[in-house]
Amino acid sequence: MNEHDLRELIADVKRGQVSRREFIRTLVGLGLTVPMAGHLLMHAGVAQAQPAFVYKPTKRGGGGLLKMLWWQGPTLLNPHFAVGTKDQDGSRVFYEPLASWDPQGNLVAVLAEVIPTLQNGGLSPDGKSVTWRIKKGVTFHDGKPLTADDLVFNCEYAQDPATAAVTIGTYKDVKCEKIDSHTVKVVFNKPTPFWADPFVGNRGMIIPKHLFDAYRGGKSRDAPQNLAPVGTGPYKFVDFKPGDMVRGAINPNYHMANKPYFDAIEMKGGGDAVSAARAVIQTGEFDFAWNMQVEDEILKRLEAGGKGRVLIAPGGGLEHIQIANADPWNEVEGERASIKSRHATLTEKPVRDALNLLLDRQSIQDHIYGRTGVVTANFLNEPPKFKSTNTKWEFSVDKANQVLESAGWKRGGDGVREKGGKKLKYVFQTSTNAPRQKAQAIYKQACQKAGIDLELKSVAASVYFSSDVGNPDTYTKFFSDIQMYNTTMTQPDPELFMNQFCSWEVASKANKWQGRNITRWVNNDYDVAYRAAESELDPVKRAVHFIRMNDLLIENRVVIPVSNRPTVSACSTKLNMVLSGWDNNTWALQDWYREA
Amino acid sequence: MGAYLLRRLLIAVPSLIGISIVLFTVLALAPGDPFEELATNPNIPAEVRANLRTQFGLDDPVPVRYTRWLTSMVKGDWGFSFASRIDVDKLILQRLPVTLFVIGSSQILALLIAIPVGVFAATRPYSIFDQVANTLAFVGFSLPTFFTGLLFILLFSINLGWFPFVYRADISETGWRWWWEHFRQSIMPIMVLGLFQGAAWTRYVRSAVLDVIRLDYVTTARSKGLAERTVIIKHALRNALIPVVTLVALQMPAIFGGAIVTEQIFRVPGIGSLLISAILANDTPVIMAVTFVFACLVIAFNLIADILYGWLDPRIAYR
Repeated sequence: MNEHDLRELIADVKRGQVSRREFIRTLVGLGLTVPMAGHLLMHAGVAQAQPAFVYKPTKRGGGGLLKMLWWQGPTLLNPHFAVGTKDQDGSRVFYEPLASWDPQGNLVAVLAEVIPTLQNGGLSPDGKSVTWRIKKGVTFHDGKPLTADDLVFNCEYAQDPATAAVTIGTYKDVKCEKIDSHTVKVVFNKPTPFWADPFVGNRGMIIPKHLFDAYRGGKSRDAPQNLAPVGTGPYKFVDFKPGDMVRGAINPNYHMANKPYFDAIEMKGGGDAVSAARAVIQTGEFDFAWNMQVEDEILKRLEAGGKGRVLIAPGGGLEHIQIANADPWNEVEGERASIKSRHATLTEKPVRDALNLLLDRQSIQDHIYGRTGVVTANFLNEPPKFKSTNTKWEFSVDKANQVLESAGWKRGGDGVREKGGKKLKYVFQTSTNAPRQKAQAIYKQACQKAGIDLELKSVAASVYFSSDVGNPDTYTKFFSDIQMYNTTMTQPDPELFMNQFCSWEVASKANKWQGRNITRWVNNDYDVAYRAAESELDPVKRAVHFIRMNDLLIENRVVIPVSNRPTVSACSTKLNMVLSGWDNNTWALQDWYREA
Repeated sequence: MGAYLLRRLLIAVPSLIGISIVLFTVLALAPGDPFEELATNPNIPAEVRANLRTQFGLDDPVPVRYTRWLTSMVKGDWGFSFASRIDVDKLILQRLPVTLFVIGSSQILALLIAIPVGVFAATRPYSIFDQVANTLAFVGFSLPTFFTGLLFILLFSINLGWFPFVYRADISETGWRWWWEHFRQSIMPIMVLGLFQGAAWTRYVRSAVLDVIRLDYVTTARSKGLAERTVIIKHALRNALIPVVTLVALQMPAIFGGAIVTEQIFRVPGIGSLLISAILANDTPVIMAVTFVFACLVIAFNLIADILYGWLDPRIAYR
């Protein structure tokens, strides 16, 4: 096998014609080692799947100190107030939920004895309640046992509007009933297909009743445990300096056998993403770093040293382009981009088709995102069971020209197409961020070749992503023709993610632009499919509804997906761990261990 | 003297109030919201954010908020951080020792470089030593600290692997290991700040000594037969240091500013990095408190400089 054959083979893997496993088997047959083969693929930009995880240590402790780097350190450690991932990750070291989400979007029991199902009677057939059984013998770090009372308390604590807990959305419409000392029934007010929200994942961490009972509602800020957590997690609290350092020591009474491996952990905050990547991948000063918002080029260069590697966990985050439906330039009843207006040219299907053909996703992938992005034709990409196979994407300037030509858009003297005095000139906005500006430039170039003129605009991220009602440049106002940003999917269930296009979610002056339908696209079929999914208890039928919604978005060119963004972290080559795009980075901290 | 001090302190009060009004207004007018993340997270109902805003009094008009801030400040209540809900004074006290240690050591280092090098260069003007010292001083103070910081990291941490570039305030080692680890991690930030200051001060010391060394009383001292060493240290240097001391005091606040950047680069958990993370999180009470502390420092060091000046040079009278 010569170099040319090898390159061909790698290209086949890239296109998906040859599986990763086959590739590695072939190369091993030729006398190469497995890591070497994997390395070849990594360099060719083929995303590395996480290998199956096996916990090898045979006793608790003995692993020394684990040093982790969060370039924005946790600022508080009460999971009910933890807004950002940094605070949730910090809280998760000490607190645990009943169950966590694994990388495939499946539930894994943590404090629960089993995952409730229809078969084991945990789920009620009408979808209105779920019964959780808690593991027996679990204790908090102060020795008090975990019981059903703690669960009921967490529910009440979060529900109270005076507490102003960020988890209120999860708990406000449910009722928790204690069945016995270790069983709790969560009752919903309507059939709820996505029942695994309360007590699950990053919003389900359980705080002890005996320490927080006196600090409900308005007094919640005064609880000393907000800064000194006492939970059931693998590590006990030692010290906390907001924004700088979280320290923990091994919990000798942890409820899982032989876990955790490390004797102490440190979570250091501050600095920036690039130097964090250096500290883990290049110098090996730290074992793990969070959220590597670093260009793949740099990461690859750092990895060449062999001290650390990049971990990629699939998630639903999507960098996408939105096309306006409302008219952003003229006021209707005192409101720009009002739902009552229609965009002069962008509401025409051929124009949208052309815009869709002009996005060179592969170039953006190759030159900007590398392994930190996956080319996609879909809005809903993960978990795999929700991914539509009915869609495809194409980049073709010629076809775009044909589409526009046959729709009657003729080139004017300046090369810009026009029809009936209306020109194809648009303002394309996004936040100020180097990769985004590069993507903007790639799109502008292609559009120019098809006679569409894009004026590029970038807004400071602190303004663009703010909810400032007085500022015209926020993304929710969308006072431009085209815009691009990353929308995140926080749960493995797409219900919340897909409500971004429902007619009742339209962002408007009346709701202070807090509605989530920013494109102002309204479609009855979509609404019907969404309503059906909301109450469909059969998971297969429900997935079909979501796929239908995705297809409507893509067929109607409501959005143009750019790249599906997984979560990217860095860890030392010796560290063994599993990351999940659906849960906190520290969701499985009890399983992390270092290989000798 | 007492009356002068009192008058200066009284003048400081309106300037501090003025500074705080400007700071507060600018912060209130700047875009951003401490609960931004709540607004963009679809899981969190809008009421939570509204609730928190009213609870923390963010919806009141700016003058009302300012008066409330000022009155509680006068009473010694610095408010609490929106991001971590912990009292601001506690937060600052947690960070202050590290900043003082890093800045203090870097200033000592700067003086240790500036005084001997400056004096030696001044006693042999235009010699090779003087030329080299001058060139290095120019290089030193033309390079900004964020640049030298990155350069040091690249050289000493990444290429040579001598020092860690992440500063950890809590080091678990004990005994001499603790000292050694502390020394290793603080040497780079201290060098970056110290060399920058030292470079600038070398030039001042040199020119101050040069001014003095040509005066008649120095010639007299030499003609008395005193050793050159005694002449320089006891007679020349002492007088030459008068303007230098004032300068050091006046530059203190600027050093705190330079430390903000250095702290961020080396992840030193001082008040500078606290300020940066507070700005990123739109944590108004913390930004207010830290910038206010800086403002107080500026005013205090100005006063100290004026007093020191008079104390060193009896010809200056306070009126």
